[in-house]
Amino acid sequence: MAEMEVRLLDEMDIQRSIARLAHEIIERNRGVENLGIVGIRTRGVYVANRIAKEMSKISGSEMDAGVLDVTMYRDDFRSRKVGPGMQVTEIPFEIDNSTVLLVDDVLYTGRTSRAALDALMAYGRPSRVQLVVLVDRGHRELPIKADFVGKNIPTASSENVQVHMKEADGVDEVVLLRGGRRDD
Amino acid sequence: MALKSSHLLGLRDTPAEDITAILDSAVAFKEILNRPIPKVPTLRHVTVVNAFFENSTRTRISFELAEKRLSADVVNFSASASSVNKGETLIDTIRNLEAMKIDLVVMRHPLPGAHTLLTKYCDSKVINAGDGAHEHPTQALLDLMTLREVYGDFNKLRVTLVGDIAHSRVALSNIYGLTTMGAQVAVCGPPTLIPRDIEDLGVKVYYDINEAIAKSDVLNVLRIQMERQDSGLFPSVREYHQTFGVTSERLAASHKPITILHPGPINRGLELDADVADGPHSLILKQVTNGVAVRMAILYLIAGGEK
Repeated sequence: MAEMEVRLLDEMDIQRSIARLAHEIIERNRGVENLGIVGIRTRGVYVANRIAKEMSKISGSEMDAGVLDVTMYRDDFRSRKVGPGMQVTEIPFEIDNSTVLLVDDVLYTGRTSRAALDALMAYGRPSRVQLVVLVDRGHRELPIKADFVGKNIPTASSENVQVHMKEADGVDEVVLLRGGRRDD
Repeated sequence: MALKSSHLLGLRDTPAEDITAILDSAVAFKEILNRPIPKVPTLRHVTVVNAFFENSTRTRISFELAEKRLSADVVNFSASASSVNKGETLIDTIRNLEAMKIDLVVMRHPLPGAHTLLTKYCDSKVINAGDGAHEHPTQALLDLMTLREVYGDFNKLRVTLVGDIAHSRVALSNIYGLTTMGAQVAVCGPPTLIPRDIEDLGVKVYYDINEAIAKSDVLNVLRIQMERQDSGLFPSVREYHQTFGVTSERLAASHKPITILHPGPINRGLELDADVADGPHSLILKQVTNGVAVRMAILYLIAGGEK
């Protein structure tokens, strides 16, 4: 079947979602004290950077997002074609006793988030971890739920949701692919 | 993209893409070593046999740590305590281990090419941890990683291997790896320890250590094996040091700092003076740290590639 692409969110939609997420995060945590932001590589990092920037604007205190590579913690290592795609994890704050905002672009099966939680624990013991996603497309295979969601997009499992970010793709948009390959 | 090669037998036929892939991954693995919990679950499903048919401390421990940091199951095997002494052949030994369900063999063997033979008769993936005077690819890769950290790339980097080139697997793997990556490689030592026709591998030869120092950015000083001093290849340890020893006096003649590598164990005062080995331009201990990271990368990429 030929691949069909539908644009679900454009640049302005994404910007509004990120601004709202930043406000919600600050509201629910009553400020930014003790908060650390970590993006899951690759596009989670860009989303995390933008949320960090937005939160810095709102709160007036400078926030930097860290980078988490979860490749080593994935549960599908045996069935995936591995490559040298590993990148360095950088966490610019003390994990112990902080509230960590774990940021990804799309929440789907929950397996990436599961791997990210394990990866995070190798760095210390956060007092709390909150999951932030730009898009929740459903179809969870593990008991994982996001604390902050930019946009809920109900999908069929034959469909695929892709977040494109200027940093990697030259454009800000969320698209729905029909008949594309399954990609988590 | 996985590696093009499914085993790591040597660097002679390892393409630049594979070397780059290993070195890139090794950077990420090095970070893992510095975490509060320096262990990842990635190779939980992999069983590795470290088969050392020749003595080794550093390489074996480095491999073992790399395997354990990746959560692989590890079995160690040394020839001195094995059925090899009862006359079992190499193929039989490994096939018996394979019958116990192993996935990967890290082997050091005194015979060059033993690893290639193994790949023909066994299903396991094979990593060469040294075969005679042939190759020692993981040592060369950790040398490359250490140099890349300092210089960024290998383009026009002048690296001279100093010492017993003829009997050194470290030298040969370094020559292959460095030339593949675009470095300018030279060797330096007494003529008796430099193989004839080595220029065919694209390396320069210096018989004068001072000239080598003047024309190099990096000296990779190889160990002079004490066992060889009775072989007549050089008159005496003392004379070797006087003629080819890397000393701070000799290095001072160079107008710029020269990076020092050594695969260890060092004979202080023989091939390398103590103050140079411990000096500011010595990367010897960084090499050891990088050894674990580069071996993790190799294990990950070899074990993870599709069979």
